[in-house]
Amino acid sequence: MIDKQINSVAQAVADIKDGSTIMIGGFGEAGSPIELIHALIDQGAKNLTVVSNNTGSGHVGLAALINNKQVSKMICSFPKSANSKVFPELYKKGQIELELVPQGTLAERIRAGGAGIPAFYTATSVNTTLAEGKEIREFDGQIYVMEHGIKADYSLVKCKAGDRYGNLIYNKTARNFGPIMCTAAETSIVQAEKLLELGAIDPEHVVTPGIFVKRLIIVPNPAAESQLVSEDRRYP
Amino acid sequence: MTSKGIVEGWDRAQMAQRAALDIQDGAYVNLGIGIPEMVAGFVPAGREVIYHTENGLLGMGPTPEPGQENQELINAGKKPVTAISGACYFHHADSFMMIRGRHIDVCVLGAMQVSKDGDLANWSTGAPDAIPAVGGAMDLVAGVKTIYVITQHITKKGDSKIVENCTYPLTGKGVVNRIYTNLAVIDVNQDGLMLRELAPGITLEFVKEKTDATLNIHPDLR
Repeated sequence: MIDKQINSVAQAVADIKDGSTIMIGGFGEAGSPIELIHALIDQGAKNLTVVSNNTGSGHVGLAALINNKQVSKMICSFPKSANSKVFPELYKKGQIELELVPQGTLAERIRAGGAGIPAFYTATSVNTTLAEGKEIREFDGQIYVMEHGIKADYSLVKCKAGDRYGNLIYNKTARNFGPIMCTAAETSIVQAEKLLELGAIDPEHVVTPGIFVKRLIIVPNPAAESQLVSEDRRYP
Repeated sequence: MTSKGIVEGWDRAQMAQRAALDIQDGAYVNLGIGIPEMVAGFVPAGREVIYHTENGLLGMGPTPEPGQENQELINAGKKPVTAISGACYFHHADSFMMIRGRHIDVCVLGAMQVSKDGDLANWSTGAPDAIPAVGGAMDLVAGVKTIYVITQHITKKGDSKIVENCTYPLTGKGVVNRIYTNLAVIDVNQDGLMLRELAPGITLEFVKEKTDATLNIHPDLR
């Protein structure tokens, strides 16, 4: 029998080791798996490399993980936003490393990682500082830069609903990095608001096929990051 | 006009309105944050335009009514939006496939500097203490078929944003097709910059004085 359900967020992240590379879904708060991130703070793994589009807001979720000194390196496209304070402070003090990647290159590097593609060429960032030191190659008279696929040990993803096979559906623009991060991690860990019976998701409508999901945790009423930030909440 | 003057000519809404005239019926369009976002409100009636937001929505609609916001339905600026009938959601790799695979027709962006060759700088001042953040800007200029820039002609300090060569780090080289400023509409073509239109009350001499790059003058300058 296949049942990817795990009983608690604590159990879901229990085996994450120091030094792991972890992909964390979300574009701003949309799709950010706050409960899984908070479980990782409780768990305490350190020296993590985190791949995520942003660096979190206020002092909850990803920002709290960074604030707890568990992250040594961020790979992201936009490490600042209106309410991001933690990362900018640590970065200015030289206490956290940043690999800045254009957003589409970041998405494609994750996709490539999940597809077994070690590297690819793209026109994005050619003739800019972000292409410095990278292999440049011409195809049909156009200049491209080589970028490497990214794989992770774990990914933490939030979705709307899933079944015990791990088939997933998402909610609106909260889908963002979730589907590709599920494919690029050795162990993908997904929090869903709702468990559905097998067959309840029309096979035509499955967004992430269950083969890409290792662990599924039901979190019925996930916290809204912006609300926690507006209340100036902190984790832990 | 004061010595620092930046408020003559078109205002922000009028710049967006002028750019909107160039958005064709049936176009797939990506709008940047700031003045570019305002373009959607001015596209002439009778043109059906589909707006793409790179966080994963094709068919973005206007800002929701107060109380109708959904934090999982946002635009690239992380602001609540709506989805039109016929909209679709997709993940980030698909969204940037639309951009990088040259499927989006027009992108309208802001700028810190644009050069005579169409080089664009709009992501970083390069200052050593700045937190670098690029987002999707480099993908958009590399992949979208037509790149329009809307920007004030000069900075608050009085420096021209239209320059011979950008001094800020580039977003892309030779990528801009047309520039809409508060003073003028300027095309970028193989021979450099071509002044096409002047804002009401703005003289040719004034635009030349406020531009730190050579301007060719279109024979039908309006």
